[in-house]
Amino acid sequence: MAEKDIINPENLVYEKTKVMTDKVLHYCPGCGHGTAHRLLADVIDELGIQGYTIGVAPVGCSVLAYYYFDVDMQEAAHGRAPAVATGIKRVLPEKYVFTYQGDGDLAAIGTAETIHACNRGENILMVFINNGIYGMTGGQMAPTTLPGMKSSTSPRGRDVRTMGNPLKMTELVAQLEGTYYVTRQSVHTPANARKAKRALKKALEYQKLNKGTCFVEIVSNCPSGWKMTPVESNKWMEEHMFPFYPLGDIKVPEK
Amino acid sequence: MARKGDVVIEIEKCKGCEVCLSACPNQVLALSNEVNSKGYHYAVKVNAECIGCANCAIVCPDAVITVYREKK
Repeated sequence: MAEKDIINPENLVYEKTKVMTDKVLHYCPGCGHGTAHRLLADVIDELGIQGYTIGVAPVGCSVLAYYYFDVDMQEAAHGRAPAVATGIKRVLPEKYVFTYQGDGDLAAIGTAETIHACNRGENILMVFINNGIYGMTGGQMAPTTLPGMKSSTSPRGRDVRTMGNPLKMTELVAQLEGTYYVTRQSVHTPANARKAKRALKKALEYQKLNKGTCFVEIVSNCPSGWKMTPVESNKWMEEHMFPFYPLGDIKVPEK
Repeated sequence: MARKGDVVIEIEKCKGCEVCLSACPNQVLALSNEVNSKGYHYAVKVNAECIGCANCAIVCPDAVITVYREKK
C-alpha cells in the first residue's frame, strides 16, 4: 500500500486530544509536564467528561495549565489548590475536580492544605508532579530534592544533616484515612506513560464513588534544572529518582 | 507481515527533545538538519519501517505526533 493511503482519518491511531488546546506549551523541551498534561486530557476525553470537569492550576512551572486544558479551570494561590478544589467540589459535587501541582506547590508551601484535604478525604483527584527541584524559579532545592543532589541552592549536593531529608509526600498521604487511591507513576517511556494514563483514569472514575481523595504522583524530569539533555535527564531519573521514589500503587481500594 | 503505519509531525511545535527517538522500536525517527522557526531541530521520519505503534506520540511532551496505521 502506498504511503499516502495510510494517512487518512479511518487509519488514525493517535492524535492530540481536543481536550488540550492548540496553544504551544511553554515548557522546556523534554519536560514531563507536557506528557502528563496530555495523558490527563486524554483520560478526560475518553471518559467523556470534558463538560463536567473543573481543574485547579497551581503556582510553579504548571501555573499556565489553564491555557492548555480545554475544561473549566481555576487558578489558586500558591499551594492552596487542594483548598480551592475542596470548595469547588463541595458546591458542585457532581463535577469532576482535579488539582495539578508540582512539588514546590504541593510538598512545600502547600503541605498543610495537601495533608488536610487528604485527611478530610475530599473527593478530588490530586496530580502531583515531582521533579525534585524548583524548576520555575531557577532550580533551587525543594523538599523533594534527593540526598546529595545538586541544585542552585545546594551546589555541593543536599547535605541531610543541615538541609533535612527529602519528603516522601505520597507515602505520607497514603497513611491517612481519607485517601482512597494513592499511586506513583512516571511518563518518560511509552510503557510508563500508558500505566500512568491507566492510573489517572482509575482515579477519575473513583471520583464517582465518593470514597475519598485520589492521589497520583508522577515522578518527572527537569532537564533545565538538572542541567542535562532531556534523554540524559530521563536516564538520571531512572537511576537516581526511582530507587528513592519507587513506582507503583501505594494504596489501592479494597475489593 | 506487520501492519504498516505512518506518522505526521507538526514541525513548528516540535522542540527537538529526542524523547520520541528512543521510544521508537524501529528507529524511524531522527532529528532534522534544518531548524524550525523557533530554532529547534525537529523530529523527522527517516525510513519506512513505521508500524503505527504510537509509542512516539504517547511520550511526546508537546503532542506534535499524529499516528496512523493501516487496517488489517
